[in-house]
Amino acid sequence: MKRYSVFAVAREALRYHTGWERAWRSPEPKRHYDVVIVGAGGHGLATAYYLGKNFGITNVAIIEKGWLGGGNTGRNTTIIRSNYLQDPSAAIYEKARSLYETMSQDLNYNVMFSPRGVIMLAQTEHEIRGYKRTAHANQQQGVQTEWITPERVKEIVPIINLHGPRYPVLGGLWQERGGTARHDAVAWGYARACSDMGMDIIQKCEVTGVRTENGRTVGVDTTKGPIDCDKIGMIVAGNASVLSEMAGFRLPMESVALQAMVSEPIKPCMDVVVMANTVHGYMSQSDKGEMVIGGGTDGFNNYTQRGSFHHIEETVRALVETFPMVSRLKMLRQWGGIVDVTGDRSPIISKTPVQNCFINCGWGTGGFKSIPGSGWAMAELMATGHSPLTEEFSINRFKEGKFIDESVAAGVAH
Amino acid sequence: MLILECPYCGVKAEETELAAGGEAHLKRYGPGSSDDEFHDYLFMRENPKGVHFERWRHANGCGKWFHAARCTMTLEVFGTYTAQTSVPTQEIMDKIAAKRPGWTWREFADGKK
Repeated sequence: MKRYSVFAVAREALRYHTGWERAWRSPEPKRHYDVVIVGAGGHGLATAYYLGKNFGITNVAIIEKGWLGGGNTGRNTTIIRSNYLQDPSAAIYEKARSLYETMSQDLNYNVMFSPRGVIMLAQTEHEIRGYKRTAHANQQQGVQTEWITPERVKEIVPIINLHGPRYPVLGGLWQERGGTARHDAVAWGYARACSDMGMDIIQKCEVTGVRTENGRTVGVDTTKGPIDCDKIGMIVAGNASVLSEMAGFRLPMESVALQAMVSEPIKPCMDVVVMANTVHGYMSQSDKGEMVIGGGTDGFNNYTQRGSFHHIEETVRALVETFPMVSRLKMLRQWGGIVDVTGDRSPIISKTPVQNCFINCGWGTGGFKSIPGSGWAMAELMATGHSPLTEEFSINRFKEGKFIDESVAAGVAH
Repeated sequence: MLILECPYCGVKAEETELAAGGEAHLKRYGPGSSDDEFHDYLFMRENPKGVHFERWRHANGCGKWFHAARCTMTLEVFGTYTAQTSVPTQEIMDKIAAKRPGWTWREFADGKK
């Protein structure tokens, strides 16, 4: 792999940019791999990357039924934060956030991580108490967040309306080192690094069956033929239930549509991420100037990658209340993705009833921010059978009643 | 926009008028059942890509619960039926079988009738 650098740009400038090579290879699948990762989204690619980087396992195939990063990795609102209440969540999300800080250097690929700061607005008494509690918990966990007053919120976000028609802004939970990153670049950067380590990224190849012998997995059937493997990692977000059914077990999981939209591009007006969870909308401004807006999930099972119309209205209404200036903006485009939601709104990173078959799913509405941490932990789990970061996220926690209840901490009516 | 006909008041209600109630025909387990049964009842879900039986409430209407059969891949609604049943009615099974030969969903799967 030729490294990207200022010298490379200069060199290519002198020869009409004819020397750039493809960022990753697209080989045909081999007959056997040590590890097969199903799903070439951010989480799957990150898992493969850390398997290679941290554990030297490079005989890996990453199988993707669509195109690389074309699922939720390319559909989220790119927000990165780690201000979670529960210890296991804070640990893995903070791991992810800290890995984002040096990701561009690690991957030699500019993921445009922008630690611009994230504010979660408190708009009810209940939320004030909730966020103060989270701020205290974060202090114990070593996650840098603080409770800020409405005046400070206004200072950070001049376009905000503190005295909205329904809910006043009573303060906020401020994570200065949170922010955004270029979501596609995260997938592309990992893919390039994986390919460079000799891993095969196989796109447009759907897994049609999971082969097991005596309770352990031996391979997968795909639209490009059968592939044998010693270990399999299922990292397919909204389609986790479909894949687990192929392997013969069920998940405590439901798939629903979550949608987002962007406005027409405008001049820079807001240099932080603002989440208003009571009225339910969140917004940041992309480098292109579009206001990136996220909304709520539908209440019913859905695999269509498109959400309900009325959620667009609800989300926009919430944001017009909070930021009156957006009322004149035109919507540029709107899209949906299928998120996998568990009973306690926390992910599952776990061994499964099938031996040598691992699953990483259930990130629900918060998958992008966790990509590097999730990959790091999943790789450790797959390579060594144990990871301190994933211990609490076992599939068995529902049976044991050891929930990691983030539905309150996230403050979102999922 | 999802539109379901309430089998009680006959109103063709769109989704803002309705509240989704999740997977239908779960077998209830309570005290005295095994941990596995209780766990499966509380948390495990079919979450199929295709035919799905589910519960809905006509929340901003007559307020009654009912059942619906729907395809989660196309949002096609096969029909709605009474809440007073613990298995899908024969009528709805026939409707689904006509449109989705070979469909599967738990023990109600096509061909297992």
